Amino acid sequence: MADFTLRVNGNDKKLSVPPETPLLWVLRDTLELTGTKFGCGAGLCGACTVHVEGAPIRSCSTPVSQVAGKSVTTIEGLGANGLHVLQQAWIAEEVPQCGYCQTGQIMTAAALLAKTPNPSDEQITQAMNGNLCRCGTYERIRKAIHRAAAGGAR
Amino acid sequence: MSPLSRREFVAAGVAAGAGLVVGFYLPHGGGAKKDFSPNAYLRITPDNKITIVAARSEMGQGVRTALPMILAEELEADWKQMNIEQAGASSLYGDQTTGGSASVRTTWDPMRKAGAAAREMLITAAALTWGVPRSTCAATQGTVVHGASKRQLSYGELAAKASTLPIPSDVPLKQSKDYKIVGQRLARVDTPSKVKGEAVFGIDFRIPGMKYAVLSRCPTIGGKVAGFDDKESKKVAGVTYVGKISDGAVAVVADSVWGAMEGRRVLNVSWDDGPNKDLNNAAVTESLKQAAAKKGVSLYTAGNVSKATGRRITAEYQLPFMAHAPMEPGNCTANYSPNGCELWAPTQVPQDCRDSVAQAVGLDPDQVKVNVTLMGGGFGRRLEHDYAVEAALVSKAINAPVKVIWTREDDMRFSTYRPASLHQLSAVLDGAGWPVAFTHRIIAPSISEQKGQPVPGGVDPDLPDEAAFVYGLENVLIESVIAETPVPLGWMRSVYALQAGFASESFIDELAAAAGKDPLEYRLHMLGNDKDIQYFTTTWHTARMRGVLQLAADKAGWKNPLPAGRFRGIACFGCFSTYAAEVVEISMEKETPRVHRVVAAVDCGQVVNPAILEQQIPGGIVYALSNALRAKITIEKGRVVQGNFDDYAPLRMDETPVVEAYAVPSTEAPTGIGEPPVPPLAPALCNAIYAATKKRIRALPILS
Repeated sequence: MADFTLRVNGNDKKLSVPPETPLLWVLRDTLELTGTKFGCGAGLCGACTVHVEGAPIRSCSTPVSQVAGKSVTTIEGLGANGLHVLQQAWIAEEVPQCGYCQTGQIMTAAALLAKTPNPSDEQITQAMNGNLCRCGTYERIRKAIHRAAAGGAR
Repeated sequence: MSPLSRREFVAAGVAAGAGLVVGFYLPHGGGAKKDFSPNAYLRITPDNKITIVAARSEMGQGVRTALPMILAEELEADWKQMNIEQAGASSLYGDQTTGGSASVRTTWDPMRKAGAAAREMLITAAALTWGVPRSTCAATQGTVVHGASKRQLSYGELAAKASTLPIPSDVPLKQSKDYKIVGQRLARVDTPSKVKGEAVFGIDFRIPGMKYAVLSRCPTIGGKVAGFDDKESKKVAGVTYVGKISDGAVAVVADSVWGAMEGRRVLNVSWDDGPNKDLNNAAVTESLKQAAAKKGVSLYTAGNVSKATGRRITAEYQLPFMAHAPMEPGNCTANYSPNGCELWAPTQVPQDCRDSVAQAVGLDPDQVKVNVTLMGGGFGRRLEHDYAVEAALVSKAINAPVKVIWTREDDMRFSTYRPASLHQLSAVLDGAGWPVAFTHRIIAPSISEQKGQPVPGGVDPDLPDEAAFVYGLENVLIESVIAETPVPLGWMRSVYALQAGFASESFIDELAAAAGKDPLEYRLHMLGNDKDIQYFTTTWHTARMRGVLQLAADKAGWKNPLPAGRFRGIACFGCFSTYAAEVVEISMEKETPRVHRVVAAVDCGQVVNPAILEQQIPGGIVYALSNALRAKITIEKGRVVQGNFDDYAPLRMDETPVVEAYAVPSTEAPTGIGEPPVPPLAPALCNAIYAATKKRIRALPILS
């Protein structure tokens, strides 16, 4: 066991957990933020994507010790005031089916838009290719990202 | 007018001050129920909310939106009033299985009748309240209006009075031309919570004091625990219990998921590998070939294939085991006490979970309460109840609530797999190259037989929904031969239709090529004039298949030349009473096909919600393309080789084609859309590969 402080969605959280615990399980079990999902445990599917200091990471493969003292954003904290433009676009394009992977998809897309406000199809594919969806919603994800990039209009 | 059978309603009465309650029966699968038992309820409360308790599970297919739409249409409800509640397992509910693309198909009539009956009762209640003739009142937008006086009362205001009235035995159902809700692109009710991360899937459910468990299961199929040493596991922070919970599994329980996973990682288990320790893929293929020598059972016979004369063409096709791999790994939360056990299960089969858990922990079924959570995909994997039984057994062992979580490797290696299969096809062509006889022998293990379920007449009970041959040929024989396998089998999206459609529609392409004819023209000729084909209890119409083929071909521009380097393939198949055709457009990058565009046309009768249909069709196609390109579960030394999304790699965005989805306009009763888009994809793709390379793919996956 070791003590850590994380800044999660703008709030400091003090934790006492084994240092090798993946951030995913700290978020889900300790902090009860279950919007971040477990899909593969190996960084292969992207369902567990969160932001650390604004960059997208695979929380299932990131020990909590690596993010001590850092700022973590999860889906629950993405929209500072109401829904993030991507969440609005996801609703407008009716992206989700089962919905399980979608929070990870949105977090990856948010990191893309933060760096590349108006991405091309190719840039979207490159950014999103690490996120699996077994319902096959990829083309609506692409449309939603374009919609969000256009400020919600399309 | 459509008669409303009295026995379809048990009661209309005041339920705990809740206003009007109508119970109605929602059937699943074939066969009339002798005893009437309601499995869903319509509730209209004085606060003007309309609630439907649904006994079907939401796994992404949109039932929580589509089913209320059907009822709301007949009820003349205001869509904004509608709510849906998820039913847990209950003997009152009939068969609650969610599968077989059946939720809309089997609830269409009962939902409409329940809505219509309630509407008529509300109108009567208003007429009595106002003391006016019933015929001067009409229902609209959740209110009853008196035409002459423009008085109106909301359904909520009328609920108490309506609940005192007798249920009408004969109510009019609306004409499709008058539909206001059915057929509309209404937004799914579950979307906002899913994009906010608020939706509670099985894996997200929590109760106070809950522990977490992961299980170490024998990696060899059919093997058992010989012994275990938990010394290292118990040193892991948070591990509270290690114990054998069944012949084949040791559970590691901890205060956190990570603790349980770490505890399992260092657990030392010795296994008794059992009878399958030498099983490998070669043996699987060999067992299919041996079974092929057996006499088959006819699924469909027309004319006499053995009497046809002409040019004979034969081919064999083969498909591997496949895994469902839904995004949410298996899990279930259980809270056992000697008096009862409560479960929170992401399940397609709440009643199976209830009954299996009751047996496993020694309770009566009515002492087991099953709550159904949202599911992160199902695809048939959650038609099993293994995760529920494990959770109950662990909870009983530790005397505390517990969530059992499967890792991705657990999901891949301890799944139930789409049956591997072998297909022997032969056809006789006449002098002009048209087929006069067609034979398809489907050699595959039976899922139901392996599970100890009935296999009436030696026919796996899934085949009647999944192996129809919808062509009007004179001489046809479709045969089933049941093979044996120790590999655990399960129902995976479209079940046997994927195998049957791949073999059959690829072979028809071979015939067209042998005859030197266009594959579309060849199929249209085979479909012939409109003809009914009775396949078990389903009547298929060749004209409807012609309709989807022609629509897909037209939208794809089949007659137009393609740019250099682009190639096309076409296929059609019917399953679960729905017709589907797809045109796949590819280019070849060396040996690898790249799919650019898929045009799909379906005829599933009345479309309840086109927006959901336009999710399900690309969804089925992406799933099918994953299957076709790479999905293969291999067995070595009795163990499943694949473990995660690296060696069992589903489609990602870079390989996803543009999909165009079309539905033939129809007012026929709706049929399913979850599975029918799957079967045509692989043959259409392989037929495109043939067009590009003149190489015929006779075994899946393509990139093996």
